Amino acid sequence: MTLRALAAFLGRRLLGLVLLLLIISFLVFSLIYLAPGNLVDALLGTGEKSPQLVAAIEARYHLDQPFMVQYLLWLKDAVQLDFGTSIKLNESVTAVLADRMSVTLFLGVFGFLVAVVCGLALGIAAALRRGTSVDRGAVGLAVLGVSTPTFATGLILLWVFGILLGWFPVIGDGDPTFSDRLWHLTLPAIALGVTGTALMAKMTRAALIAGYEQDYVGFARSRGVGGLRILLVYGLRNSLVPIVTAAGMVITATLTGSVLIEQTFSLKGVGELLISSINNKDIPVVQATTILVAVLVVVVNLLVDLSYFAIDPRTRRA
Amino acid sequence: MTEILDAPTTVPSRRPGRPSILVGLSFLVIALVVVCAIAGPALAPYSASAQDLTDTLAEPSAAHLLGTDDLGRDVFSRILAGAASALTGPLVIALGAMLIGSLLGLTAGYRGGFTETAIMRWVDLMYAVPQLLIAIVVVGVLSGTYWEAVLVLIVLTAPGDTRILRGAAIEQRGLPYVEALRVLGVPGPRILIRHVWPTLVPLSVAQTFLNFATSLVTLASLSFLGLGVAPGAADWGRMLAEGRDLVDVNPWTAIAPGLAIALTAAGFNIAGDWLHERLAGRGKDRT
Repeated sequence: MTLRALAAFLGRRLLGLVLLLLIISFLVFSLIYLAPGNLVDALLGTGEKSPQLVAAIEARYHLDQPFMVQYLLWLKDAVQLDFGTSIKLNESVTAVLADRMSVTLFLGVFGFLVAVVCGLALGIAAALRRGTSVDRGAVGLAVLGVSTPTFATGLILLWVFGILLGWFPVIGDGDPTFSDRLWHLTLPAIALGVTGTALMAKMTRAALIAGYEQDYVGFARSRGVGGLRILLVYGLRNSLVPIVTAAGMVITATLTGSVLIEQTFSLKGVGELLISSINNKDIPVVQATTILVAVLVVVVNLLVDLSYFAIDPRTRRA
Repeated sequence: MTEILDAPTTVPSRRPGRPSILVGLSFLVIALVVVCAIAGPALAPYSASAQDLTDTLAEPSAAHLLGTDDLGRDVFSRILAGAASALTGPLVIALGAMLIGSLLGLTAGYRGGFTETAIMRWVDLMYAVPQLLIAIVVVGVLSGTYWEAVLVLIVLTAPGDTRILRGAAIEQRGLPYVEALRVLGVPGPRILIRHVWPTLVPLSVAQTFLNFATSLVTLASLSFLGLGVAPGAADWGRMLAEGRDLVDVNPWTAIAPGLAIALTAAGFNIAGDWLHERLAGRGKDRT
């Protein structure tokens, strides 16, 4: 693939990405109109309603303008990362979000690493010992991991390691130092990583088994190539496309799963902010959080697609 | 020498037709949940909402198999009663998604052209956004009820079925029997409904089991977050949320509904995988 073809592909995908985000942002903006009750009430939340406040809200949201104009004005601010003021916290939404980011980011990266490391190890072990009890155990764990809701895993871990054994703290995200964070977020990250581990193990196992049935693996074996080299250079290298696809899916699952896990472990992250804002009808925060997660997911999907070109030269020919 | 020259044979896999113990157990779990959903309140030793404020947070005992919660309600009875809402919602979602997915998928795969492009663009859009997040935001902001949550999840689940059935319909489109019917002048919708659709039913059914498991987990996640189901209802997700704060007094208030969700979902996942393996490839030999 020439550089020009790559640029054309990238341009097309970016255009699609912008279109997708426009659709999502439009839906998210319409939320305030779909919410039950009066629009001004919805925007003011449960706070008191003075004429000045109502006037300020009407001016802020351009409520005297037609719907599409309102959306475009809102979008203009949103593009500049201005999502208005949180109704409940009376602070800029961007500041509130930035404040919550560190916990969620730490938890997300930690959970993702757990999923990738455990999932790869489990998948490789199952593929190499295919048909044995190791394989059956790994596949069984994977099915159980996919079937168990994140919050149920979290609760069981909380009970066993937090309460019965008392090894880990039960509540909160700890001091902002790295070691304390690590200690407080270990259980949540493991719980968050279980679904991803299952996904990763399933995909890795299937890809490796298919790879090991190829003639070149049999031929490499007959030439006396070592088992480790076969695994790394012949097996995993050729299974990288499905593995990276799985990793992308794990990131999405981790992002949405953190909403549930933060609730389970009472962590003050972005997910907890989303749920409390929904309960308080704090629509600007809900809008900003939804857009933030949607942007992250869409960008991750694009990066995964782009990585195929780097991983597998055959995809560049198309 | 001949042994060495023989082509390497792959490890013989087990015949997919014979169910293993695990698959048998899965169907047993499913049957148990169905029985509880139909006759749960009759089987339960106590009423699911009967409070006994003199006997709150009791440990598991002969009188209360899984103990009682903070209002003295019997946890075991509530688990049995919760099977109803755990089964009906996902069932409606999986069947609704199957119906919409079959209709759109078959039409897209068989007709092609603009219809296909329009349907598949919609599917791509639905795939690009994280499902659980959309469900949380929509149901949460609209203060949706249980059935509104079910409706949202049907819309979010249908694209998966559409994609699978479109692929299968494209495969069938080129087969001799479809061409023969077309030559005979049988109208398109009739070919689709009377001839193509029945060959794809097994695939649909297997997918419906897998969708059921996913919907069960998603619906439980929503009610865990306090969305959809009313507070105090005997719903597994809701019970888990309310038991979360009681986990150090009677852990079974939270662990039992968690296990109930996990086992039911695992049962449907395993059964679905097995059906997929057994049924999905069946039509191929006859072509």
